[in-house]
Amino acid sequence: MHESLLAYRQKRFLWIAAALVLASVIAYTMQSNAEPPNGGSWLGYTLGGIGAALILWLMALGLRKRSYRSTLGNLQGWVSAHVYLGLALLIIVTLHTGFQFGWNVHTLAYVLMCVVIGSGVVGVVLYLRYPSELSANRASLTREQLTEQLAELDARSLRVTSRMPSEYHDLAQSVRDRTRLGDGVVALLRGTDRSQVLMPNAAGGGASVVMNSDQRAVIGFLSDRLSRSTEGAQTQALTELMSLVTARRSVLAQLRRDAQLKAWLQIWLYVHVPVTFGLFAALIAHVLSVFLYW
Amino acid sequence: MSDRFKIAVVGAGPGGLSAATHAAELGVSHVLLEQSAAPANTIQRFQKRKHVMAEPGVLPLRSPLAFGPARREDVLAAWTDGLAKHRVNVRYNATVTQISGTRPAIVITLASGEQIFAENVVFAIGVQGNPRQLGIPGQELPCVQYQLDDPDQYRDESVIVVGVGDAGLENALGLQDHNRVTLLNTGTEFDRAKEGNRNAVLKAIESGVMNCYYSSTAVAIELANAQELAHAPYVFVIDTASGRTRLPVNRIIARIGAIAPSKFVESCGIVFPSGDPAGLPALSSQYESNVQGLYVIGALGGYPLIKQALNQGYEVVEYILGRKIEPADHPLFVEKFRKLPFQQSVDVTLALMQQRVPLYRDLNTLMFRELTLGSEVHTPQAGALIFSKNDYTNSFYVIVQGSVEIELGDDDKYRLTLGAGEFFGEMSLLSGRRRSGTVYAGADCVLLESPRREINKLLASVATVKRVLDQQFVARAIRAAFAPDASQEDLQPIADCAQLQRFKADEALFNEGDVADTLHLVRSGSVAISRFVAGREVVTSYLAAGNYVGEMGLMGGTRRSATVKATVPTETVCLDAASFAQLLERNPRLRDSVQNTARKRIAANVDMQSQPQAGDLISFLLRQGLGEATDVLLIDETLCVGCDNCERACADTHQGTSRLDREAGPTFAHVHVPTSCRHCENPHCMKDCPPDAIRRAPNGEVFIGDNCIGCGNCERNCPYGVIHMAAKPPEQPGLLARLLFGAANTAAVVSKDEIKKAVKCDMCSGQAGGPACVRACPTGAAIRVSPEKFVEFVSRTARSS
Repeated sequence: MHESLLAYRQKRFLWIAAALVLASVIAYTMQSNAEPPNGGSWLGYTLGGIGAALILWLMALGLRKRSYRSTLGNLQGWVSAHVYLGLALLIIVTLHTGFQFGWNVHTLAYVLMCVVIGSGVVGVVLYLRYPSELSANRASLTREQLTEQLAELDARSLRVTSRMPSEYHDLAQSVRDRTRLGDGVVALLRGTDRSQVLMPNAAGGGASVVMNSDQRAVIGFLSDRLSRSTEGAQTQALTELMSLVTARRSVLAQLRRDAQLKAWLQIWLYVHVPVTFGLFAALIAHVLSVFLYW
Repeated sequence: MSDRFKIAVVGAGPGGLSAATHAAELGVSHVLLEQSAAPANTIQRFQKRKHVMAEPGVLPLRSPLAFGPARREDVLAAWTDGLAKHRVNVRYNATVTQISGTRPAIVITLASGEQIFAENVVFAIGVQGNPRQLGIPGQELPCVQYQLDDPDQYRDESVIVVGVGDAGLENALGLQDHNRVTLLNTGTEFDRAKEGNRNAVLKAIESGVMNCYYSSTAVAIELANAQELAHAPYVFVIDTASGRTRLPVNRIIARIGAIAPSKFVESCGIVFPSGDPAGLPALSSQYESNVQGLYVIGALGGYPLIKQALNQGYEVVEYILGRKIEPADHPLFVEKFRKLPFQQSVDVTLALMQQRVPLYRDLNTLMFRELTLGSEVHTPQAGALIFSKNDYTNSFYVIVQGSVEIELGDDDKYRLTLGAGEFFGEMSLLSGRRRSGTVYAGADCVLLESPRREINKLLASVATVKRVLDQQFVARAIRAAFAPDASQEDLQPIADCAQLQRFKADEALFNEGDVADTLHLVRSGSVAISRFVAGREVVTSYLAAGNYVGEMGLMGGTRRSATVKATVPTETVCLDAASFAQLLERNPRLRDSVQNTARKRIAANVDMQSQPQAGDLISFLLRQGLGEATDVLLIDETLCVGCDNCERACADTHQGTSRLDREAGPTFAHVHVPTSCRHCENPHCMKDCPPDAIRRAPNGEVFIGDNCIGCGNCERNCPYGVIHMAAKPPEQPGLLARLLFGAANTAAVVSKDEIKKAVKCDMCSGQAGGPACVRACPTGAAIRVSPEKFVEFVSRTARSS
């Protein structure tokens, strides 16, 4: 209960994978030196067979994951085995190649396999690191609740500014409307804030759009006005608006970080899964060509 | 038409309509009095096109009015046709205020002052009661209403909602989008409402969308004067903390509770034997009350389903006319009794059974008939297993004939025999806990197994049943915990001294530092044990029902070393020091065993105190209702990657609707409690299920059966919001079709006419391998925990975090 997928059942699948790798390495080093190591030797075929079988089995995780009624082990066990045997695959197939690489479909299959395994390793690291951060960042709130908080803060800003000169009301509206969340994959993954705001020009008349990352522009503007405010009611309203904008900044940061972490937890799969299908195609080509042109 | 009738029927619900229509069909002089303006007021208020169910399906219909599972509109149309066809004498808008006299001279007084004379009166007024009136001058003005059917009907009005229970708040929230809504609160809080409604209203008030007057009372409603007319046609005068105020208003909605109909019925002389307003009136097998000529049918008599009421309407008229007919359920009894070794008529068999079981002697024949109809008759082979220790079932058995063998004890098993007329199964029934022993059938055994709901109905209505059951429970609980080898007679004096005590949630059984004079056996609910460490209360442990607490102080004869509080409403069997000393004397091994328990607890307490965060985690989980849970889904947020495979697995294995919401729900120290069924010991959802569709299976899951009528009571009663009403979505395309051909996921498209039924977690009963949510978690973040593992889980989690 509550053990990570690497520690699953006292790392049972680590030992199985390690045994498989060890056996392969021993067999590889023990083979006769009569001919150079090659995929076409009996050992090469054995390793290739094991590798192909492993690839098919590793791909079967996608099916098992969606077979919710299956009683064939539990999904955590499958994932744990998927990770360790996937790592073992790299070594077994490398031995299968006999370190012969070239510009051909065989090496293509190998390279694609490395990409799949590499992305898988990234996935494991992300899976181990990010859930805690995700949970800590949301601080017991759901994404929906955070979004509601943001809407609530905006509504309050508009109410406060409805009693103030119209430029403040326009500002509050523009702060809300020009806030950008989840703005493209790169910004999402980097967690950058590309929010903008329509700011009244300092030299009187008109307004212009400026960047408002982390609400910096509007906080700067408000602190400037606050420092020069002499009227009691105005100061009070400005102070209230300032605290709303500050609260808004932290909620936005939470939302952005949440989206960023979730994006990272998913993005690697967009490499891992499609390349797997590429690998599958290349593997078929590799096997067919080997047997057809034997 | 003369104002003297053979039969007067009060209330035009299903029972009343059926009775009056049958009287009309037979040409008997009759009148049907209905206080509202249309028949079947409750069904009229159902949401449009709601599918009305016709449970119980096995019961044949016997009424001049047609009825079957159909849409609300079709049901109402059929009944209106029936009324017209048989020329039923209905008087709408006739509110009965008083009934006096007995057969054949009963006087019915209407609100208008008019009097109606009848030989017999049939009460078919249901249990919903009438809304409580404002009771202020001007309340008869047309701007006052006591219900709100469709909030979208009103636009741009000034509406004042009086009453801050759930009904009032829900109305206010429904109206706020298109109207100016003001709440009138006589107090300063919204503590009678559900948390969701309360929070939504507080937010609306804070943001200025809604207005609220606190500590205010209604004074009068008046027509607006010339100046005020500009705002609204009426004025609501109220007293606030700062003086009298006049509020312009278009509409006033008063939701200030209902007057229970049982009060009115009592005022006519009808007796409720238990004295409990939730109880049932004493009725003969022909639905006649203790007052001659007054009959009670339908929900008020304990029959909440439409079909039952329709049948009773027919039957009660037949009985009044002195005809002997077999009740509609007769064939069901014939079927039920077929297995019995003795073959007699249904009535004789029922009488025989009732007479053999002392517990049921005080029931009237109608009640016993109803109990038996809802129960199952078993004739097991000698040696057959009735139920096993640790099963979660909670039905109740009486031995009609023969005997049973009960096997108790953990390591040293011992058996005892119960004979005809005795009962068993009350421990699990009352505590909601697992079965404490294994029961085997003896020779020639005939058992009557009653589901929990039937017995609960009985406990609420017949005081002697409750008393006998409680006495037996206390004696058996003491024996099971402290003196397994003692006989019932030996323990009786000790059991007689023991007291049943009830504690509200958060109430202390005893406090740290109190003089230790009693020991508590927790019979239902659970308790948390806490100590003051450095001026702060630290929860050190949690005990589920079936355990005892307070033994440390009692053994040492000292003061309490810790505070023990009920986590949910809890009942305990309380033993005083002298009784406990007697028990210790009787059984020399008991001292060792109690000391052993005490030693383990001290060690566990020390362990928990060295991890203060563990105490906080226990407190948090108890606040989430784990104090009454038997099995709860927890998610370790350090492992959860948010893939929602658990929800998908749940939906896939349950007709396309997930019963859990992973993201919703609170989190503490990375332990997340998703919105998902806790399988409570005494499930709140079971409280008020008309067809008794919610049951508990032997392995503990609380599930909803196919006979759900979709009324939504369970959804409202669940404090954890884990039940919802869902229609069955169309079939999903297969996995390959989705993967290869991109077939659309059609789960979201549900026809509006589809019947909505309650759905909730059933712990994947009937599926190999256990709950799909846990099996489908790729990272091992989702686990299920039962109370036995609860403290262990907390201790381990706190250590690892």
